[in-house]
Amino acid sequence: MQLKNTSKYYGLVSILIHWLMAIAIIGMFGLGVWMVGLDYYDPWYHRGLWLHQSIGMLLLLLLLFRLIWRLSNPVPEIIGLWWEKLVAIWVHRGHYLLMVILMVTGYLITTAYGRGVDVFGWFEFPALFPADKGRETTLGFYHMILAWGYMAYIAMHAAAALKHHFIDKDTTLLRMLGINQNKEEKEKHHED
Amino acid sequence: MKIKLIIGAALVALGISTSAIAENYVIDKKGQHAVVQFKVSHLGYSWMIGRFNDFEGTFSYDEKNPSAAKVNVTINTASVDTNHAARDKHLRSPDFFNVDKNPTSTFVSKSFKELGDGKAKLNGTFTLNGVSKDITINVTHIGHGQDPWGGYRRGFEGTTNLNLADWNMPFAPKLGPASANVELYFSFEGIRQ
Repeated sequence: MQLKNTSKYYGLVSILIHWLMAIAIIGMFGLGVWMVGLDYYDPWYHRGLWLHQSIGMLLLLLLLFRLIWRLSNPVPEIIGLWWEKLVAIWVHRGHYLLMVILMVTGYLITTAYGRGVDVFGWFEFPALFPADKGRETTLGFYHMILAWGYMAYIAMHAAAALKHHFIDKDTTLLRMLGINQNKEEKEKHHED
Repeated sequence: MKIKLIIGAALVALGISTSAIAENYVIDKKGQHAVVQFKVSHLGYSWMIGRFNDFEGTFSYDEKNPSAAKVNVTINTASVDTNHAARDKHLRSPDFFNVDKNPTSTFVSKSFKELGDGKAKLNGTFTLNGVSKDITINVTHIGHGQDPWGGYRRGFEGTTNLNLADWNMPFAPKLGPASANVELYFSFEGIRQ
């Protein structure tokens, strides 16, 4: 499989980033909801937040790369009716927007007092914006509401993918799994 | 004739009232010569010190009649600052100060009793997190006099102990027995009006 996208298929890089972020973001939601309910004496009380912040910063960096990759690659043609294509384009844009807002608010909460974010003890991501005491509470609320909202959004996105697969019986889901392409390539080989 | 009487009466009333009212002071918020601080044990191993950055208040004090002294302070609970973003966020949440529901905390004095040597006991109603309770504050009169800029100032400091269990904070018991009590400390410099 090629690394870059073509006008018909997703490349390996796009596929890996899609699924890696899907798993990480859903995991981050679970971790976030779980960690804020922990007891002060729980061994995970500090570790849970540290993990959430560390993964969050890596996700933000990955998202930046993903946006660059998205803009420098062809976009595989969307399968569906004209209005489905229109909805799909805006839903995808919504994904990027929601991810950016979620990750940036998380970053701004952690750096509210002007201190950087420790990422797994490997490096410190600097606080790029001036300290603004109090924003951690306001943004914390939005971060939580958006996280729940984004999970609903992801559920709809997954339902749409399954609808394409089981009802429309098209290759929308398969090509994001990199399956259809292999199948077609193999068929092509047989024909040869 | 009638008008003169009214003016005369008003002047008398004004004269009486000014002599009866003690010196009124406004806590120096502008110059921030005032602090509201709290100190609580962390696990029993060290102290965690925090403060409220935004508060205002007034007090009255008459040296000839100190027991008539009155104090009124209002604290903006969202201004809690322990120099740690995640902790302050937690302190503002319903687990502790619940600042959305209870944005202010107030102290209204009920009695003031001088014990001599600059010490005094101040009683009053403290409202925090929607709970109102009478508390006693140990007060020390620090000093008073002219300031270099044409004003007159007077300052007090005080301490009291609060039992966190009394103030409707669901997370407080989870901090452990060493952190059950919080010492509240304040120092107020008032500018005479």
